[in-house]
Amino acid sequence: MSAATLTGRVFGERVALAALGAWTAAGAGDLEKIVEDAAHQYAQARFVEIDLARLERLDTFGAWLIERLERAFTARGSSARIIGLSDADRGLIEEVRLVNRTPPKERVAENRILVALDQIGRAVAEMGWSLVLLAQLLGALSRAAAAIITHPARLRLTSTVHHLERVGWRALPIILLSTFMIGAILAQQGIFRFRDFGADVYVVDMVAILVLREVGVLIVCVMVAGRSGSAYTAELGSMKMREEIDALRTMGLDPIEVLVLPRIIALVIAVPLLTFLGSMAALYGAGLVCWLYGGMAPEIFFERLRAAIWLPTFEVGLIKAPFMALVIGLVACVEGFEVEGSAASLGLKTTASVVKSIFLVIALDGLFAVFFASIGM
Amino acid sequence: MSGNAAVISVRDLVVDFGGAPVLDHVTLDVFRGEILGFVGGSGAGKSVLMRTIIGLLPKRNGSIEVFGANLAALGERERRSIERRWGVLFQQGALFSSLTALQNVQFPIREYLDLSPRLIEEIAVAKLEMVGLRADVRGKFPAELSGGMVKRVALARALALDPDIVFLDEPTSGLDPIGAAEFDELILTLQRTLGLSVFMVTHDLDSLHAVCDRIAVLSQGRVIAAGTIETMLASEHPWLKSYFQGKRGRRVH
Repeated sequence: MSAATLTGRVFGERVALAALGAWTAAGAGDLEKIVEDAAHQYAQARFVEIDLARLERLDTFGAWLIERLERAFTARGSSARIIGLSDADRGLIEEVRLVNRTPPKERVAENRILVALDQIGRAVAEMGWSLVLLAQLLGALSRAAAAIITHPARLRLTSTVHHLERVGWRALPIILLSTFMIGAILAQQGIFRFRDFGADVYVVDMVAILVLREVGVLIVCVMVAGRSGSAYTAELGSMKMREEIDALRTMGLDPIEVLVLPRIIALVIAVPLLTFLGSMAALYGAGLVCWLYGGMAPEIFFERLRAAIWLPTFEVGLIKAPFMALVIGLVACVEGFEVEGSAASLGLKTTASVVKSIFLVIALDGLFAVFFASIGM
Repeated sequence: MSGNAAVISVRDLVVDFGGAPVLDHVTLDVFRGEILGFVGGSGAGKSVLMRTIIGLLPKRNGSIEVFGANLAALGERERRSIERRWGVLFQQGALFSSLTALQNVQFPIREYLDLSPRLIEEIAVAKLEMVGLRADVRGKFPAELSGGMVKRVALARALALDPDIVFLDEPTSGLDPIGAAEFDELILTLQRTLGLSVFMVTHDLDSLHAVCDRIAVLSQGRVIAAGTIETMLASEHPWLKSYFQGKRGRRVH
């Protein structure tokens, strides 16, 4: 197949153009240039004939470009017509004659400041809205929980245990490993700095209080939000996309009771347990580092530990855990229900779920710090 | 058929899933410029054949030739150039959910051809208009479109590069009878204007009557008959009889 070309001959005010070769998608890039040049070159012509008799092949791309050439002439007030059209190509030329008639909408130049203000406004409104949704789900959840308390048989035990296994038991190895390492790192850093003051032994106080009050529960919550919260959002989101949640509703079942409650109960049980075990792993890691790196005998470590902590130190961390679990679960489920049709929306909401729940966990931790300080714990 | 060259020719094709044969020595031709309707019971393997031809499923035996080239023997480049010459309309449309209708149609054009943004836009708009979609559909995302519109956008995308063959997987399923009839009409018009060869998997007896030049029937892993609708109606084969002349079949002739 020969390359597509357009030849032109000028007879006074009349121009005879002839299209040759294959006017198809493959050569459309060059053809566009040819067509634009021709429209420019013969701009003065009053009568234009476009001869298609010697075309080898024509597809939509070529047909559209011929149509575009014709329109370029007619737009200037010259008369243009197509001749030599074969029967096979007639349908196509007639088809493209109808398309692209509505001019594309002019993009209105936007005021940058207004756009920025608009975005800020929307972001704030969205933040407020997500708090409303959280409160709404919390309310629905409390109602479902109340129903379960009065009719315990309605609790979906199998589902709860299944989720407990997923978010608790299966999360255990990675959580133990990370908290162990955090404990070890804190101890190493502590020894390194405290040694300058000759205060090595106080490393134990620092690590114990830090781990039991704050770091243990925070690390566990971050891990759980990333691992289980995101899974909740993705599951509920894809169920929403495939109308499974609507199906549940039409069967007279409450998605909150069937889907959300077992998941959140599982989290509320699992996170305190994981926090306890994670804190132990962190202390173990700290003890090992103190012994092997800091040269502190285990007996001394334990003695310092006993002196440094009392029951409330331990309680502070554990009291926070179920509340943080609730926040993670609520955020994950809210975001899951917010997923709309597209795959992109699922990804967006899963990200939002993790980011929001980690942020809220930290904010909640701050509130708890103020609270415990004021009651003297 | 009219002695035309076969654009697709499948010979002795065997496809199995974990040992159980789904297609058992299937032999089938699709000729240039025809609309072939491909029917068979649910789960008979119609979509499997389509997906095997377009290379989404592996075959165990047999050969598939498209435009006279054996697909299995082609290198990456030749295969790509063949793939450019066919368009596929998936059953659910398979539109990219993160792109608008217009961007969905622009996508293959942008990937394969080096054109100015203006021309890409014009061609994509032209395709959308050719499948009968109004201007307000262009900026919408697939999730915002009705089932019929999704199918039309998907058809426009399948036609984006002006293919020689289009594969349609149950194009009228999920459409109301009016929408289905319009879609049949659309396929017929486009096939005429663009000179397409069409491989259409369908269950829709109306479509078979209205648009198909030839019908091939898949049953128990084999093509048990291929021919015009008249030969199908005249056949004494029990499956064909119950398919074409059952309660739902009788309505249409």
